[in-house]
Amino acid sequence: MHGSPTASAGTLIVGAGQAGLQLAVSLRAGGYSAPITLAGAETDRPYQRPPLSKSFLAGTIDEDNLALRAPGFYTDNDIDVVAASRIVTLNPDSSGASALTNGGRVIRFERLALTTGSRPRRLTVPGADLFGVCYLRSIDDAGRLRELLNAAHSVVVIGGGFIGLEAAAAARRRGLHVTVVESSGRLLRRVVAPPISEFYRQAHLKRGVRFRMGCGVTAVHGDDDGNVTTVELSDGTRLAADVVIVGIGVEPRIELARQLGLDCARGIIVDDQARTSNPSIVAAGDCTVQPHPRHPETLIGLESVQNAVDQAKVAAATILGVSRPPAVVPWFWSDQSDLKLQIAGLSTGYDEFVVRGDPATESFSVLYYRQSRLIAVDAVNQPHDFMAVKRALALGASIPATVAGDTRSALKVLMGAPDPAERLTVGVRP
Amino acid sequence: MPKIVLHAPNGALFTVDAQIGASVMETAVKHGVPGIVAECGGALSCATCHIYVAEAYIDLTGRADDFEDEMLDDTVADRKPNSRLSCQIRMTAALDGLEADIAPEQ
Ligand SMILES: Cc1cc2nc3c(=O)[nH]c(=O)nc-3n(C[C@H](O)[C@H](O)[C@H](O)COP(=O)(O)OP(=O)(O)OC[C@H]3O[C@@H](n4cnc5c(N)ncnc54)[C@H](O)[C@@H]3O)c2cc1C
Ligand code: FES
Repeated sequence: MHGSPTASAGTLIVGAGQAGLQLAVSLRAGGYSAPITLAGAETDRPYQRPPLSKSFLAGTIDEDNLALRAPGFYTDNDIDVVAASRIVTLNPDSSGASALTNGGRVIRFERLALTTGSRPRRLTVPGADLFGVCYLRSIDDAGRLRELLNAAHSVVVIGGGFIGLEAAAAARRRGLHVTVVESSGRLLRRVVAPPISEFYRQAHLKRGVRFRMGCGVTAVHGDDDGNVTTVELSDGTRLAADVVIVGIGVEPRIELARQLGLDCARGIIVDDQARTSNPSIVAAGDCTVQPHPRHPETLIGLESVQNAVDQAKVAAATILGVSRPPAVVPWFWSDQSDLKLQIAGLSTGYDEFVVRGDPATESFSVLYYRQSRLIAVDAVNQPHDFMAVKRALALGASIPATVAGDTRSALKVLMGAPDPAERLTVGVRP
Repeated sequence: MPKIVLHAPNGALFTVDAQIGASVMETAVKHGVPGIVAECGGALSCATCHIYVAEAYIDLTGRADDFEDEMLDDTVADRKPNSRLSCQIRMTAALDGLEADIAPEQ
């Protein structure tokens, strides 16, 4: 009943990252007995990316700590990891579908899953290819950056998003001069409300990071050997830099999906069963866009471990032909210096927010509302608020905006009665 | 290598070898021990690596810090006096044989 007969060519998962691994794990856990091939362009087996801009960059953990599974796990579970192999061509012909790697190897498959992730957006100004201009996506990127930081004095971080700010904090912890250049008027603009943006600017300032807000980068300059020396800003000033960290967002990897003629927007379009426009092909993780759980007419891209893992579980259920696991509340975290941000829910489209606690204490939260319904929380060093809102959202309960700011009462006490119709998630236990 | 003995929620018993310095969570997940979800990979952000440490080992594992303590207040399965987040316990030689029950829900 599970999976396919042993003669089947099985499932090919393209992309051996967070989502790809989870898909393989969930297929086996669900009794799938046909072959599973997990093909990845990187030499490393699936590993965690979040520490790359945090503890790994700071130097407190090493590569060994990053692996998501021990090598023996793959043999024990009969998952064939084909590392250092980029899939360049897919031939989905139903009578003998196959994939071709950059090394010329042919992999046969019956079912196909795309978990190709995303790549950092490149800086396109003159000088962007100078030595010392770095991106942060892979172990290789992070290892190289870590080495450069060992010998650096001044670091310019381009982009005040999560990765940029985390990297800035890690570089600052090493005692380096760090300047963050952000072209918009505030940090983390796409994802948080103004009080959180302003809090992070103040908190990083206090820890010695400098900011150039509202400034674009127009060029990167180097010496005769091709090493970066300065970064030129739109107002004409030049910042000294021996390392430049570029964190200006990511682009989903959709080339293969395009090759197959699958519908794509910013990412590969999937439905709530992780099916692409060709329902026999699934996709999960950073490479996808999906219907917003509350406003399905809007497609959203979620770049988080939680999404990669949960969407992969859904994709596995689709391949297995069983009903999908219940939806869960989207969540995310970011560690910057000693500040832990935990986000639950999706705040986009909020029309009201409540600040709970005093940002000056570096422990507070912001609750987001849309038409008076609680939709999300950003909690800074405030795990109780994070956990309470996550729970409320799972249950379909709200916490009235009128009382949410009252820190004398715990949020879990202020939570209203669950409203089944408002459940962001179905079937999640309280 | 120190060993960790984990009782999974379904009653199965797992004995796994740990690297010194690796967390209990990390060791369990890498070996495919079921029941420890560890969504955040040890960042102390998800509270889905909840275990109950056997009495004999409680003092050896040390205490939860303030942040962990607050996270434990809201775990899905009941908090008990011996509740810990397993990503916050790093293995040492002295912890050889560490025994714990994995929380029934994460
Ligand atoms: C520095 C950094 C910090 C982060 N911090 C956090 C955080 O704190 N919290 C959080 O929730 N999320 C964080 N994220 C995001 C999170 O890591 C991603 O959302 C997650 O890894 C997405 O998983 P994925 O499997 O979709 O993609 P990936 O993990 O990127 O995996 C995709 C894999 O597919 C491979 N691939 C692509 N194309 C091909 C091909 N044609 N053939 C073979 N292989 C291919 C790629 O090489 C890659 O290895 C962070 C990301 C980075 C880079
Ligand atoms: S793994 Fe997330 S808190 Fe332990």
